[in-house]
Amino acid sequence: MFSNFDYSVIANSWGYLFQVGMVFTLKLTMLAMLSGVALGTLLAMARMAPLRLLSLAAAGYVNLVRAVPLVLVIFWFYFLVPYIAAWLIRADEPVKVGTFMSALITFTLFQAAYYCEIMRGGIQAVPKGQVHAAQALGMGYWLTMSQIVLPQAFRNMLPLLLTQTIVLFQDVSLVYVLSVPDFVGAASKIAQRDGRLVEMYVFVAMVYFILCTLLSWLVRRLQRRISFES
Amino acid sequence: MHYNWNWHIFWELSPDGVHSYWDTLLSGLAWTLATSLAGWAIALALGVAVGTLRTAPNRWLRRLAICWVEVFRNIPLLVQMFLWFFVLPELLPRAAGAWAKALPNAPFVTAVLCLGFFTSARIAVQVAAGINALAGGQRLAALALGLSRTQAYRYVLLPLGLRIVLPPLASEFLNIIKNSSVALTIGLMELTGSARSMQEFSFQFFEAFAAATAIYVIANIIVVAGMTLLERRLALPGTLGGEARGAA
Repeated sequence: MFSNFDYSVIANSWGYLFQVGMVFTLKLTMLAMLSGVALGTLLAMARMAPLRLLSLAAAGYVNLVRAVPLVLVIFWFYFLVPYIAAWLIRADEPVKVGTFMSALITFTLFQAAYYCEIMRGGIQAVPKGQVHAAQALGMGYWLTMSQIVLPQAFRNMLPLLLTQTIVLFQDVSLVYVLSVPDFVGAASKIAQRDGRLVEMYVFVAMVYFILCTLLSWLVRRLQRRISFES
Repeated sequence: MHYNWNWHIFWELSPDGVHSYWDTLLSGLAWTLATSLAGWAIALALGVAVGTLRTAPNRWLRRLAICWVEVFRNIPLLVQMFLWFFVLPELLPRAAGAWAKALPNAPFVTAVLCLGFFTSARIAVQVAAGINALAGGQRLAALALGLSRTQAYRYVLLPLGLRIVLPPLASEFLNIIKNSSVALTIGLMELTGSARSMQEFSFQFFEAFAAATAIYVIANIIVVAGMTLLERRLALPGTLGGEARGAA
């Protein structure tokens, strides 16, 4: 079955696959995670804000994003971002935004909705007494949040945030629809150039499988440590 | 900055010369629903089987079920789609591979299989959690009453366990509808693919994507409403969900 496998295709394209493709995928994952968690935390705070308009808007955004497939969101922002950028800087023509930037904005806004739900759970799990104690000490909203509530919420939710990041790492492969050379896109370019689809896609699947299994094993270990300490 | 709005675009003829763009979107919706429902049937059958194995007394069966889940969970859906579509026909015996490639609806069949297996891993985790959530007493009581292990699963553990995990199963169904959009990469003209082709031919990206988004949101609302009804009907008496039903 695997007798006519041509391993040289992989050996020859190693540099392109990892130094271009995997670097793109990892860079996008990392940056989208950082900005997504930041935005998601703000969204979670907005969802629980006493201002009804604010919480409704945040809830609406989160539910809308979670109802729509990622592929459609990728298309949306690929075409929408140039117009928004033009509107922001008052240009007459749609601004050319690189695919990396466009993908980063897409994944940040998309993942923020999912990170938001995790952070909301984390914030709600912080005991009320903590907030009351902070208020009794004269701390305001932002000080209470940044010094008391959020650090505990982050710590408790770290395993879930990281699991969501593994999902993000896999989802980044969907930028393929924009013909961007992420890891899958790079592999597919080589596969089609050399007519070696079988070798390439099996290899890509194995790399993802090993990386994701390893990462989720690490997350489980971390989770056990956190639950032991508390 | 200037964008040419044209909301009448939906009633204009698409390049196929017969259907309007609105018809194109509706046929996309039909493919999305067909793919999701067929995939869901496979996913439910496999997921219940693998989830049951995860709670089996035999250690090797349990390991098999764990491997199943890990394989389908740790490879991106897009890559799985490519494996089913491009790789599997090459690895089959020559005649079977040629038959698979010549199938009239190859993208549809592939997408259904891929989504079914992918989702089955997620369902298996939920089903196993549901069975394990029943207090161990249910299993012991069933066995003590003289039911065989198969009967205990058939009449006690699975009916109760499945009813417990109905809410997560509902959200998996929402996920399979959304995930079916990945099938556009192997050439299935489902809803997102139709919106994309409408955008390519008419350049009205905003109208095309807004319509697709609205359809997805409406589908989402309908599924959530249906599932809520089902949950109320099937809620277990004596649990929190069941009491809410009794009070209502």
